[in-house]
Amino acid sequence: MTSTAPPPVGDLSPAPSPLHRLARSAERVHLPPQPLVRNLIFFVFGCAFFYVLTVSVSAYNDFQIGQIALYAVVLAGLSLLTGLNGQFSLGHGAFMIIGAYALALLQVHSPMNLALELVLATAVAAVAGVVVGVPAARLSPPYLAGVTLLLALGLPQLSAQYGSVFGGEQGLTTTPPIAPGSISSEQWLAWIEVLCALVVILLLANLVRSRFGRNFRAVRDDEVAAAVAGIHVARTKVLAFAISAGCAGLGGALLALSTGVVNVGEFPLSLSIALLAAMVLGGAGSLVGIWWGAIALVYMPTWSTSLSKQLSLGTSASAYLSDAIFGVVLIAVILVAPTGIQGGVRWLLRRLWVAITGRGSAGAAGARAGPLGPGSGAGSAPGAGPLAAAEVAASGDGVPPAVGGGPRTTRVPDDRRPGTGTPAADVAETRQGGERS
Amino acid sequence: MGFFVDVLLSGVTQGMVFAAIALGLVLISRATGVINFGQGAMGMFTTFLAYSLLEQGIGYWPAFVAALAIGFVFGALVERTLMRPLLGTSPLNPVIVTIGLLVVLEGVAGSIWGNTARKFPAGFSQRGLVIGTTRVAFSPFDVFIVAAVLVLVTAIVVLFRWTDVGLRMRAAAFSPEVARLLGVRVSRLFILGWALACGAGSLAALLVAPLSSFSPYYMDLNLIYGFVAAVLGGLVSPLGALLGGLVTGLAISFAGGYIGSDVEPMAALVLLLIVLMARPQGLFGGTMARRV
Repeated sequence: MTSTAPPPVGDLSPAPSPLHRLARSAERVHLPPQPLVRNLIFFVFGCAFFYVLTVSVSAYNDFQIGQIALYAVVLAGLSLLTGLNGQFSLGHGAFMIIGAYALALLQVHSPMNLALELVLATAVAAVAGVVVGVPAARLSPPYLAGVTLLLALGLPQLSAQYGSVFGGEQGLTTTPPIAPGSISSEQWLAWIEVLCALVVILLLANLVRSRFGRNFRAVRDDEVAAAVAGIHVARTKVLAFAISAGCAGLGGALLALSTGVVNVGEFPLSLSIALLAAMVLGGAGSLVGIWWGAIALVYMPTWSTSLSKQLSLGTSASAYLSDAIFGVVLIAVILVAPTGIQGGVRWLLRRLWVAITGRGSAGAAGARAGPLGPGSGAGSAPGAGPLAAAEVAASGDGVPPAVGGGPRTTRVPDDRRPGTGTPAADVAETRQGGERS
Repeated sequence: MGFFVDVLLSGVTQGMVFAAIALGLVLISRATGVINFGQGAMGMFTTFLAYSLLEQGIGYWPAFVAALAIGFVFGALVERTLMRPLLGTSPLNPVIVTIGLLVVLEGVAGSIWGNTARKFPAGFSQRGLVIGTTRVAFSPFDVFIVAAVLVLVTAIVVLFRWTDVGLRMRAAAFSPEVARLLGVRVSRLFILGWALACGAGSLAALLVAPLSSFSPYYMDLNLIYGFVAAVLGGLVSPLGALLGGLVTGLAISFAGGYIGSDVEPMAALVLLLIVLMARPQGLFGGTMARRV
């Protein structure tokens, strides 16, 4: 993952190849400067992509696409929390439980419009996030991890203690949405889940570019500098945590919808840790990378079952093997490729861009920085406009460009587009090291 | 009254185990600022190794000592191979790696030994002592637990306060750069810190295993109670860890005894949140050690 600054080859390059000319013309396509408009364009592309995908595959694959989308919702929140705000949670499974049970209880006691139910389930989880986040946010990240780990272990046991409300071991059932017309129920469910995922990512992509997003990054990079710049540090951390918990709650509610039952057995501690591993695998802070993580989460049980068959370990070992693989992934990614898959993809695309056009971007230097927390994440816009477009097009999922977690530049990039820097962000960005401990 | 005393005594026993885990967390946290979430799983793994040794026909005490030694070496290995490359990167990275270690060890243990609940033998009788005419929930083995943890805490305090190595360890934890300039081999002391911490974690795992059945996941809750104990104690001093362990053990024991065993983790969570709100530096901590 080490990249060196490309040698300047501009004037020495031979006559432009067709590929070169294509790249040059791609450069002339200017995306609108407003983040909202740009993100909306990607949103529309994403909707179109998933529509084509869901109608062209089987019902079972539709179900899996829906699962990927709902995990993408959870991972989007987690990625925002870690990559942008430098906190991390071991208990997002618990917030999924809260969202799932909130939806099921709403459906049992006062059924209403599905969209309203989902919003309420999200809100309940976000409020729970505030309750947990307020005490923990005043402290350094490991405290939050410990508090959320305790939540992930303790919350499932409450459903046994208060079985009359939460249905005990059996849990509660949910009513799946009724598909209109001739659409199959799997396809309808997949559409709902994908739409939720894309809306969440659209909202988060805008949030990241807003004042709040800059505050998140400033607090991540240096709490003292952020406070000096007038940012309320604790409030910012709690806000990030609440948003993240709300995303997990929405994901949990969608999972409850798609499986038809809510049962704490579906949300063991290993799920929370697998979520963390998937987020790190995709690339912390990247809203594109979460899709890699979501795919890994959905397909890992299948892969580990076939792997344990190949190793002839017996059927009971495959569940353990899946957990162990996530653990190995977690360790290996942090040690070897801290920017995750999306970091690798971004690096490859940048190399390709340089190879084709013979021009580098200032952000290419210093890719071997930590991915998480201070000294990580792209403080600047990752890549220039056309590069970001190329990245989205090549990764094929049509969501807004990555929002952070990119290779940290070792200096303040001088090609930063005007208007993206604020005093707060600048304060944070002038201090690059990861000295805080 | 009898029930109250039993709950109190079992709280003390549990509290001692949590204190040992908290001590391990404190040793690593104050040297490197990392919370070792893998410590419980490392203890679990060494306990399974001790169990395998017992099945081979080796006696209880040799297996006990062997497990402690394995935990010690294991801790040193983890520091050298997994933690050292992450020195100087984002402080989140080593913590995430310890979580990875937790899942890997549980997965490997589950693949090897399965998820069946096993019974680990105890070194002493587990029948409650008779005081006067009533039998209380405090067995000779519980006495051993309390004694072992007290010896451990005393040894650590003595090491830190009155030995040369301890002084160097404190210096390395206080300011690695300055200590290095003064000729202290800081990286070796980090290895020693991890080894001691994981030895303490193995001791806790071996002590708590006979209290109920054990399986690959039995240390999860114990680890997190140990974390609560460490935070209560302020995450800096061995004595704080001991007192934090006692408070946590008693709180959990009373919540379990009077409300129901399923609320124990939430009781610990509430305790932790209250302490973090009211006294973020811990009940027994001094000023909060937070480097900026």
